[in-house]
Amino acid sequence: MSAPLLQVEALNQRFGRIEACRDIDFVMHPGEVIGIVGESGSGKTTLLKCLAGRQVPTSGRVLYDMRVKGPTDLYALSEPERRLLMRTDLGYVTQNPRDALRMGISAGGNVGERLMVNGARHYGAIRDTASDWLERVELDPGRIDDRPATYSGGMQQRLQIAKTLVVNPRLVFMDEPTGGLDVSVQARLLDLLRGLVRELGLSAVIVTHDLAVARLLADRLMVMRRGEVVEQGLTDQVLDDPHHPYTQLLVSSVLQP
Amino acid sequence: MSAAPARERPGDPAYNFAYLDEQTKRMIRRGLLKAVAIPGYQVPFASREMPLPYGWGTGGIQVTASIIGPEDRLKVIDQGADDTTNAVSIRRFFHRVTEVETTEETADATVIQTRHRIPERDLTENQILVYQVPIPEPLRQLEPREAECRKIHAWQEYGVMHVGLYEDIARWGHIARTYDYPVMVGGRYLMAPSPIPKFDNPKMTKMAALQLFGAGREKRLYAIPPHTDVKSLDFEDHPFEVQKWDETCGLCGAEDSFLDEVILDDAGGHMYVCSDSDFCRHRRDAGHRGAMAGHEAVRVLTEQVS
Ligand SMILES: [Zn+2]
Repeated sequence: MSAPLLQVEALNQRFGRIEACRDIDFVMHPGEVIGIVGESGSGKTTLLKCLAGRQVPTSGRVLYDMRVKGPTDLYALSEPERRLLMRTDLGYVTQNPRDALRMGISAGGNVGERLMVNGARHYGAIRDTASDWLERVELDPGRIDDRPATYSGGMQQRLQIAKTLVVNPRLVFMDEPTGGLDVSVQARLLDLLRGLVRELGLSAVIVTHDLAVARLLADRLMVMRRGEVVEQGLTDQVLDDPHHPYTQLLVSSVLQP
Repeated sequence: MSAAPARERPGDPAYNFAYLDEQTKRMIRRGLLKAVAIPGYQVPFASREMPLPYGWGTGGIQVTASIIGPEDRLKVIDQGADDTTNAVSIRRFFHRVTEVETTEETADATVIQTRHRIPERDLTENQILVYQVPIPEPLRQLEPREAECRKIHAWQEYGVMHVGLYEDIARWGHIARTYDYPVMVGGRYLMAPSPIPKFDNPKMTKMAALQLFGAGREKRLYAIPPHTDVKSLDFEDHPFEVQKWDETCGLCGAEDSFLDEVILDDAGGHMYVCSDSDFCRHRRDAGHRGAMAGHEAVRVLTEQVS
């Protein structure tokens, strides 16, 4: 088995007296998709930010397998090193695409931004790549010069996904990527994400309160409650045969008519 | 740049030489030395109240006041010309508080304070060009947060600037920005060249003269030392280009200078003339004639410019 892509050791995050994440330990291998499920306030989004280099944990380590250095604690890197890593190796999809998109810049400019930030200086090539990615997320490349404000919520989320994946990140973090969308729009987006995960062999950590999303996308699940991981395992095992009473409660609430 | 002698101090006795007190001038000079040491880097400074409102070149005036000595010869240009109201009042101000000689001859000046233009004539290592800058931060439009701008500069995360240029090409087919066109200085710092036309950007690179920039309202100084590499941002397949005109200067026939359109009469008559009035006059003195030279409609204009 290949070396772990991510190793999380004794991670704690406190905000004053609140323990948002407590003693989190896990290992993630390349090509894996890990789902973190739990109700709002369970600490799953805080954990995701800590894993993604966006929130300095109170204690513990987040070891990422860097291309040259090998496993390195994200928070032992200097800020410019970490920012470089975050814009080359890591991707982050937020629940609200408006937090990640530049609303005053065209769709093509949004998708091309990370390419330019990473040094691309050929307009034609940037535009071709952006157009290609619009197609891959099932957006009309004919609208490449339209601003995201003219897109629907579901289309904006597709655009954010294209903007994130265009630099071929090795590890993608997603925070409720289908949240806030109509059910029918959610289903289409979920299909798209599933296709991309398979096609690209993505490694991803996906936070969701929706067990159906977890079931479709994740290989493994971590169930969080009040800052702690109360159960983890292969997705089907956790959902078909939950051991922890809290997981049993979550699963049974989905099954209720 | 020598300090004024303590006795027989020239200029209006009601003021210190060059208006600012010596302590303030030393503070600004220290800032300028730092700016020269880190080409393109914006050095904060404690901008002083000047007898002009912000927006009238107070940043440039403070820089000039800090470096000018009794032996200097000062030229002031505004919109390329020496005779605009603003240029005249700044020149008068310095004459009053320093009694230094002022000149309209680019070649004779040791200090040139400018807004909007770089003279067409090549400057030398014996000259200093002082720019009045309204907005020193080239990232301002994309990033309104000051702290974030500083990080972007510190870590050279300038790729986002190309997003703006990309948008231009997507919309207009070319980079539409025609003035204050962003440059990289010495391969390190992104810099706003102040409201000069991009036509003047190529003059900044490897210029023999020292280039100093002062922003009064924003309290920033920056500099380009002589012979420093200055590169305008662009794309490989959309290289940087300067403005071109189909017309030539109506007065001197110049084909390679920055031209302003001048309205001649109410009937829509117009002509193009060099924006650099000193450059144009020298060409006419050397016998160059434009298509409109001697034309009755421009006689008054020529007399004004000469
Ligand atoms: Zn001319």
